Amino acid sequence: MTLLGSSPPRPDGAAKVGGTLRFGDDLPKEGLWYGATLRSPNPHARIRGLRWNPERAPKGAVCIIADDLPGPNGVQLLDDEWPVLAEGIVRHVGEPVAVVAAATMLAARQALGAIEVDYEPLEPTLDLSAAANQESLYTLELRSGQVEQELERAHLLVEGTYHTGYQEHIYIECQVMSAWWEADDKLVVEGSMQCPYFVHRSLIHVFGLPAERSVVKATPMGGGFGGKEDFPSVIALHAALLAKACDHPVRIAYDRHEDIIGTTKRHPSVVTHRAGVDAEGRLQAMEIEVVLDGGAYRTLSPVVLSRAVLHAAGPYRCPNVHIRGRVLRTHTPPNGAFRGFGAPQVQFAMERQMDRIGRCLGLDPLEIRLRNVLEEGDKLPTGQVMDESCSARLCLEKAARETDFQERWQHLEAKRRAPIDGESMQGVGLSLYFHGAGFTGNGERVLQSVVEAALLEDGRIEVRTAAVEMGQGCDTVLPMMAAEASGLRPEDVVLAPPDTSRVPDSGPSVASRTSMVVGSEVAHVVTEIRDRILDWWSNSQESGAAHTVEDGVVRRGNGESWPFRELARRYCETEDPLVVSRQHEPPEWQVFDEETYQGVAYPTYAFGADVVEVVVDPDTLEVRPRKVTAVCEVGRVLHERLCVGQVEGGTLQALGWGLMEEVKLEAGHYLNDRLATYIIPTIKDSPEMEVHLLERPWKGGAFGAKGVGELPMDGGAPAAVSAVENATGIEIDTIPATPERLLALTSAHRQVPSGPQDPKRGRRPGG
Amino acid sequence: MEDNHRKKQQQKGPESGVTRRHFLTGAGIGAAGLVAGAPVATGAAPTESAAIIEVGEMVPLTLRINGHPRLLLVEPRWSLAYVLREKLVMTGTKLGCDRGECGACTVLVDGVPRYSCMTLALEAEETEITTLEGLLEGEDLGDVQQAFKEHDAFQCGYCTPGQVMSVEGLLRSNPDPSLDEIRLGVSGNLCRCGAYPNIFKATRRAAELKRGKGDRS
Ligand code: FES
Ligand code: FES
Repeated sequence: MTLLGSSPPRPDGAAKVGGTLRFGDDLPKEGLWYGATLRSPNPHARIRGLRWNPERAPKGAVCIIADDLPGPNGVQLLDDEWPVLAEGIVRHVGEPVAVVAAATMLAARQALGAIEVDYEPLEPTLDLSAAANQESLYTLELRSGQVEQELERAHLLVEGTYHTGYQEHIYIECQVMSAWWEADDKLVVEGSMQCPYFVHRSLIHVFGLPAERSVVKATPMGGGFGGKEDFPSVIALHAALLAKACDHPVRIAYDRHEDIIGTTKRHPSVVTHRAGVDAEGRLQAMEIEVVLDGGAYRTLSPVVLSRAVLHAAGPYRCPNVHIRGRVLRTHTPPNGAFRGFGAPQVQFAMERQMDRIGRCLGLDPLEIRLRNVLEEGDKLPTGQVMDESCSARLCLEKAARETDFQERWQHLEAKRRAPIDGESMQGVGLSLYFHGAGFTGNGERVLQSVVEAALLEDGRIEVRTAAVEMGQGCDTVLPMMAAEASGLRPEDVVLAPPDTSRVPDSGPSVASRTSMVVGSEVAHVVTEIRDRILDWWSNSQESGAAHTVEDGVVRRGNGESWPFRELARRYCETEDPLVVSRQHEPPEWQVFDEETYQGVAYPTYAFGADVVEVVVDPDTLEVRPRKVTAVCEVGRVLHERLCVGQVEGGTLQALGWGLMEEVKLEAGHYLNDRLATYIIPTIKDSPEMEVHLLERPWKGGAFGAKGVGELPMDGGAPAAVSAVENATGIEIDTIPATPERLLALTSAHRQVPSGPQDPKRGRRPGG
Repeated sequence: MEDNHRKKQQQKGPESGVTRRHFLTGAGIGAAGLVAGAPVATGAAPTESAAIIEVGEMVPLTLRINGHPRLLLVEPRWSLAYVLREKLVMTGTKLGCDRGECGACTVLVDGVPRYSCMTLALEAEETEITTLEGLLEGEDLGDVQQAFKEHDAFQCGYCTPGQVMSVEGLLRSNPDPSLDEIRLGVSGNLCRCGAYPNIFKATRRAAELKRGKGDRS
């Protein structure tokens, strides 16, 4: 039982470094045609006329508009409100209005010129303030205790309004999808996606095909980060429609420009806090309003908002909480899933608010958090009681100890007040965060995900799940979990490719759920196959003596031993095929009331604390993160190196979001639609990272793992911004904290208070 | 924060001084009727002409890729990345932006890292082109590839071919780079998975592997 926690090499490593791993656009296909998309130039307009002039297009080119759809014009996610192609009205710049296909990429692009569209511009709603008095896309509310009375009674009232911006995924492999039709009207779609069964559902919805006549194959992914959760369904539908029309396989490969302007992003947010604290800084009551910019269509926004509301109060104890959440509609591209799924936005706000409360009372960031940190036995606003796997204090104390946080922070505060000319400014910041493991609320119960295992003729066990490898390492970790549970070796287990004709719906590769949920079920089905073979073997022997299995070898009490695969092979020779499947059942006690938002929203939570050190150039206000110390408690570390890699990568994305990544829009158009203008961290921006993994196993899962994919996305930005505040004294409530923004705040004299505040009520709102 | 990939992009830009007009003239008009991208038996000698070449017209071209000459018919507008991926099906070279901003398409041209999406195939004539496939030593991984694998210097693996080529180029010109030199050497290659810490380790290890071989020989 030493496999888990070790770091065996990835099975796909040699193919990745050797260039033999085929991604979606690397796959050759006989007779392939290319698709291209005509996009709306208007944020909001009526389509008065739409005409395809084939005589002006390259010969043979085909065009599809909304009228040509064989079924409902809707991408099937939570609902089908998101049109496959704009119909009558366009609601954002870049919205697909028509798609074309031709024999070459060049001809496809030329064919776009043969489409005429007549638009009548309508008044667009371009930002949250304009959208505020219109109907919301979705709303939620969560309430515990007596918020109004307690805010009245509190010693100090602290208010703040916090803004976060868009974030573009920038997976280095752009969206790509191929589709073709085989005999008997069978549709095959292949490409880069996190959730083959999401795509499958949309294809069935639009084409009205029986499930088995629609086959979806996920290729290895060149990065997803949530961006290949919702959008692949759109591009898959486009490719399938075109393939049908031209009777060729069709590939749509977005270029970077299209990928930036046309696909979903992280929701911008405005979060408003009112907190009442006692004289010691203990939270008495909080009123929080979360507003997300949903863009033009609902897509996955309701579940993003749900996670946002459930994380808005952070890993802190507060008996009286009222949280209201709204997603507003604007005439901008729809926002959707992005690593963290709403939690990074609200935890940025909560962490900034904690720092502000601390400053009002003259308490440093560590002290104010220690006084409020969530512990075993405490209740979340949903009423859920924290069990022994709650490790917020553990993470906080460890991070502070490793970095001498308190002392460093005080020292740098003093240094800031007495600056030495020409010296760069240094700062250190802290964040504490948590992330609910797996799907929100009753998600897993609704999903009913299924995992299968089958015995192969060569004696190996094929595991069938829809989990897709995108760098997170599921192809490495799932066989390890199977091996750990069954005593077999990881190489005795093979993963079936994520192809809907070969694997059952084990749910999407999202929400950090693959190890926790899918992994547990994989361990069960593989163990069951092992048991069936051992039973059969025992029965065929004289003595039905017990066997032990270790490292792929079956041993009997009398010292005899056989390789498991040998026994399995013999089983195959004489017996019927062996296939077992299992449906995931969330724990019985995981009951959540979607109406009142009370109950167990997540079976368990992972926790983390980050300390970020920054250097700020006093002239340019350029921020350079120097070192990050991340302490993450993930339940159980399944593969140490992959786990550290997830923390490092997620933290860097969080720093990018907090300090440099900025989507600029003007009248609904993206101004920086390329990698030279939308800047993400390079290796030169990557600080030294020290990752500490802690384990407080969760008893409900097979091995105690809580998931790690999204957790690190929650902590980097608030800690970095807190460090900038420590260095410069500029009070920052908006990210990204670019030099331009810091300069604007400096000019507006937004400085942190120099000492404790009078406990007077109604401190000025921060935003 | 810095955006050094932009600087790097300039460093990697065409250095040959070939202007568009110059190379169009030099390349001449190719033999019509040959199949695009298919190797041809004889290389028609380019004719001297200042005529503008129409889209779709082909010119013959010999590229030396991983030590092997490849005779091709190309459109003058085609990038080296396009020719490698689409015409030679050497898909080890990836595209992440196709405009010199991410580094996924990095190959070596005469031993120096270049963005193949920003290099016209015609520009690469008479150079020695090395791609990811060319670092393999038979069935075995090359030193940099081996080091990347050992140190898990990737997650999704999509930026990896470009990272490996940049490191290969760096180590050819600087066998023992410092941390800052490594930073600079791969600053033109974006990795959104954030595998940078392991890329440092892998680069150091690759330098060791290469030096080890140097010592033995
Ligand atoms: S594909 Fe060439 S630099 Fe991005
Ligand atoms: S490994 Fe995914 S982008 Fe670098």
